[in-house]
Amino acid sequence: MNRYRDNPAALAALVRDDAVHRDVYTDPEIFRLEMERLWARTWIYVGHTSQVPNPGDFVTCDIGFEPVFMIRQPDGSVRVLRNRCAHKGAKILSDRSGSAGRFLRCPYHNWSYRTDGSIAAIPLKQGYEGTSFAQCEAAKGLAAVATEEYRGFVFARLADDGPSLRDYFGESLSSIDYLVDRSPVGEMEVAGGVLRYMHDSNWKMFVENLNDTMHPMAAHATSAGTAKEMWADKPADAPKPMAIEQLVPFAGSYDFFDNMGVRVFENGHSYSGVHFSIHSSYAAVPDYEADMKRAYGEERARDILGTNRHNTVYYPSLTIKGAIQTIRVVRPVAVDRTLIESWSFRLKGAPEIFFKRNVTYTRLINSPMSVVGHDDQQCYRLIQEGLSAGGNEWVSLHRDYRPDEREARDLTVNGTSEISMRNQFRAWAKFMGAA
Amino acid sequence: MSEQEIARFIYREARLLDEKRWDEWYELFTEDGHYWVPLTRGQPDAEYHTSLAYEDKLLLRLRIERFRRVPPSQHPQSWSQHVLQPPEIEAATAEGWRTRTAFFYAEARGDAMQTYAGTVLHELVRTDAGPRIRLKRVNLVNCDAALPSIQLFI
Repeated sequence: MNRYRDNPAALAALVRDDAVHRDVYTDPEIFRLEMERLWARTWIYVGHTSQVPNPGDFVTCDIGFEPVFMIRQPDGSVRVLRNRCAHKGAKILSDRSGSAGRFLRCPYHNWSYRTDGSIAAIPLKQGYEGTSFAQCEAAKGLAAVATEEYRGFVFARLADDGPSLRDYFGESLSSIDYLVDRSPVGEMEVAGGVLRYMHDSNWKMFVENLNDTMHPMAAHATSAGTAKEMWADKPADAPKPMAIEQLVPFAGSYDFFDNMGVRVFENGHSYSGVHFSIHSSYAAVPDYEADMKRAYGEERARDILGTNRHNTVYYPSLTIKGAIQTIRVVRPVAVDRTLIESWSFRLKGAPEIFFKRNVTYTRLINSPMSVVGHDDQQCYRLIQEGLSAGGNEWVSLHRDYRPDEREARDLTVNGTSEISMRNQFRAWAKFMGAA
Repeated sequence: MSEQEIARFIYREARLLDEKRWDEWYELFTEDGHYWVPLTRGQPDAEYHTSLAYEDKLLLRLRIERFRRVPPSQHPQSWSQHVLQPPEIEAATAEGWRTRTAFFYAEARGDAMQTYAGTVLHELVRTDAGPRIRLKRVNLVNCDAALPSIQLFI
């Protein structure tokens, strides 16, 4: 069915100012168009430079339907190339990460490539003499993808043309600064493994949930709420186990989440926890705070440590938590299937307690065995199934809608507003080519 | 204790889970006991590397209390079946035993069923009341795969 491909007006009709049509979550054609348009025209997170320390080191992933890999070059830069042999199309790299050394070689016919994708050698090359090979696509080697990096975070854009990374993310990049600057030397590295959680729901349900502050007290009552009750009879000054410290804030009140605040940016980006967040009340680490003051000066150090943004969404593929040094990466698989990867970072020059905290957090919250994750995933699945019901084809995003938000490029409002979702769909319509 | 008695303890431990007799299962752990499902093969520790699960008695208690309150994700409920090979006793000391048990595990929910395979390592401590679990380590053969929600204890 091609109801939407050549019909910008039909696409535009899916997104109202304060509601969206169910097809954005359930229609396979819409999913295909999202991968071809939204996921090709925007900057998609590929990986972190610390995963590829040496020339030839690579990490593979898919951007939408397309297999790609990022690879460290001999000059120290990182490139993203399409993972498709120029000859017959086999994926060149099939491991999730590794080292190719100086040359990449296709296992099928031994075509080999330099790390920049250019052809290094083809067996029995004389067989191509007198053919149009030199002028064809294959002679160009592995196709490159636009690649940009911000403080170690590597993004790629499949489309040849589009905004630069800095123009696309704008002021929202400050969340990456607040994450990386938690290291006294301003550097961090991927460590501690990756949790890979397969969701049987549309990718947008996960992305929307990151700044959905009205669900924790409902969906997580039996996990965070139970943790809160289990700890309720302990004296206020009793040292809290890390798990309690991390789980209990999810059981915060409506007031708590409303007062957190949410800030939205052009192109679908947002974060909640403008003023404080569920990460604000972790135990202080005095020696580290002294190191931070030495490194950044009193004022900036206080600013960094006092900034505890909840989730920042780098629409559509990356969500980060600066205060706890974890990220979650969205890898759509099908209209009702989404892989969520959770990565941890070690702050260079900071005490190991921070790494221990983020390893604990990501296990408690982001694992396929997480009691928090199970209930989120269940709710997404219920939406995926429930939207098939007739009688109402629309999803309400009305909470705290205000007409002036439509043109806003940078706006902070109360934390329980559904503005972050509306803001995502405005970007969605723009990059999907809706008229 | 004989090899047979150790085996009987391990079979019972799995059976308590399949029958959802979580309070009795919880009592099988020592006060410092842990339930661990590593994320990688041969993972050396759980504090400085993420795991699928690493739960002390506090977190085990939380999981059990949550089940009692029937969370959203337990509509419909999940049910499990462990299928165990006879345990191998890898070490027997004055303090206790270390055992290795190959298993298949099925977790059913509604019309869907997931199956897993692996090896479970028990570190058992001798007590007056019989063996108690200091560590139950579940090594899944596909520990690093993209996994769906696994809701019960393997």
